[in-house]
Amino acid sequence: MLMPVDREGVRSLLEQGAQLVEVLPADEYEYERLPGALNIPLKTLDAETAGPLDPGLPVIVYCYDQQ
Amino acid sequence: MSPRAASRLEELGYTQVYDYTAGKADWASFGLPLEGDHDSGTRVGAHVRTDVPACAPHDRLVDVRGRVLAAGWDTCFVTDEHGVVLGRLGRAVLTGDDNGSVEEAMSLGPSTVRPSLELDKAVERMRRQQLTTLPVTRSDGVLIGVLRREDAERALE
Repeated sequence: MLMPVDREGVRSLLEQGAQLVEVLPADEYEYERLPGALNIPLKTLDAETAGPLDPGLPVIVYCYDQQ
Repeated sequence: MSPRAASRLEELGYTQVYDYTAGKADWASFGLPLEGDHDSGTRVGAHVRTDVPACAPHDRLVDVRGRVLAAGWDTCFVTDEHGVVLGRLGRAVLTGDDNGSVEEAMSLGPSTVRPSLELDKAVERMRRQQLTTLPVTRSDGVLIGVLRREDAERALE
């Protein structure tokens, strides 16, 4: 089940060791990103590219906005 | 886009997947830090004067005027109990002799920018509109401070 999270929720999860993933293309990630975020563009997201993510910890995905 | 990514991660077996749908636009407009080629240092938020004076609508002008001018400012933001900007007192009011309330004298709803605005774009806007300052608020309207054009131009040199 997808779990929506707001800004305060993100900050709280990060304090608990959550992993941040920006799913925008690399150029947008390089332009600006949340501190500590990994970049896995949606178009490349598969078992291999998600490999660095620890399945035992929360994962927070984000893009630019709600579009 | 992020809901699709979250769904795909769940298909891949990740069980604690959260979707921050408001994304980095929301994060940045709240004044939270950014990394990257255009990190927080290139944004208005890094150059804001946070010591700009503020007062409440029910304050007396005579009290506010003395405090603001003594601190070396010629502007004061009027905020509610949460820090949300309601109005502004400008130089004319602060150097005048009206002794009513702040609420009666303030200019309503000053135009504001978010701390995530890029500094060069803020300077362009200030030059175009012949502004010497720009109030900076978070996305919830809470005052962060004021960007002074001279500070911004110096930072871009």
